[in-house]
Amino acid sequence: MAKFRLPANSRIGEGRTWRGDGGANLKRFRVYRWNPDDGGNPQVDTYELDMDDCGPMVLDALIKIKNEIDPTLTFRRSCREGICGSCAMNIDGTNTLACTKGCDEVAGDIRVYPLPHMPVVKDLVPDLTHFYAQYASIRPWMRTQTPAPPDRERLQSPDDQAMIDQPSACILCACCSTACPSYWWNGDRYLGPAILLQAYRWIVDSRDEATGERLDDLEDPFKLYRCHTIFNCTKTCPKGLNPAKAIAEIKKLMLERRL
Amino acid sequence: MEQQDRPLSPHLQVYRPQLTSVMSISHRVCGVALSVGSLLLIYWLSAAAAGPEAFSRAQGMLGGFFGQIILFLFTYALFYHLCNGVRHLYWDSGNGLEIDAVYRTGYIVIGVSIALTLLVWILAYATGGGA
Repeated sequence: MAKFRLPANSRIGEGRTWRGDGGANLKRFRVYRWNPDDGGNPQVDTYELDMDDCGPMVLDALIKIKNEIDPTLTFRRSCREGICGSCAMNIDGTNTLACTKGCDEVAGDIRVYPLPHMPVVKDLVPDLTHFYAQYASIRPWMRTQTPAPPDRERLQSPDDQAMIDQPSACILCACCSTACPSYWWNGDRYLGPAILLQAYRWIVDSRDEATGERLDDLEDPFKLYRCHTIFNCTKTCPKGLNPAKAIAEIKKLMLERRL
Repeated sequence: MEQQDRPLSPHLQVYRPQLTSVMSISHRVCGVALSVGSLLLIYWLSAAAAGPEAFSRAQGMLGGFFGQIILFLFTYALFYHLCNGVRHLYWDSGNGLEIDAVYRTGYIVIGVSIALTLLVWILAYATGGGA
């Protein structure tokens, strides 16, 4: 059953304000903070930055805050160019990658929260254990019965490859899944858009020979059919992919194989 | 190392409402409203079966100012649910699943459902149904 209110230990209070040294181009960052060692509730800290003295992306600002203002601020980051998916978070009300989101895209204060409806490890770091376990559950690797040709790879036509171009570009940042209200309420059993996009990627792979099994695995009231075609996933995907369409295609394949 | 006291990150509290999610939840709200509203229809029919006094009481209630407001909202819920239901069918056939199409059909659904609601009420008044 969906719980719309946050649990008592998760309600957010007002935190500290870190005033900047001034500057003509001030921007305020309102950042979610929670430290497991403090024992308190989460709170939102405010940091003032002079944007004339800061890189353009939200990740640049977070790194500047961590380096120069408050070293306790905790977040994941790695590639800083939108390919690793580490810095996925909720910025200005939608999920995206901090490294590809420009500070100037946000009017007014920049609100930064962890990915929604996830257990928080610390500050902007959500616990993705369940998400990864769901990914493992679809067995995301090529499954075959026939042996590979001895003298070459399993070949694909360009059209076959085109089928998996888009879903293969997914970086598993979890922006889409944690933008999905259905995943918020039923994430324990619903696989969510990111994992279903990957399920689709293997279902339509011309070299994979477990298509029927994969569809059997998804034939479940929760795993697949909790998708209500809301489209928050596609709307928010920082890579411009379309998980909602992939899910609709899986539903179609489910139907077609029964005809 | 399962830690039970981890807070849950905010969701509805911080996620920006957008056409995608707002139209989805509206579809469900309208569906519920239609189920509840159909009780009104049952009340009206049973009043008609119960006799002239009961029926005129029902007519007075539904034909009054608040009654008409409720019926107007009921009409809108009906047309919204109908139009958005057609949109869902269109999606289920594998069409209109790109995000720009989703927004286009979304605005069409809102526009058409408002237009149909107004049309029904204008026709109702024009043919004396409101009296």
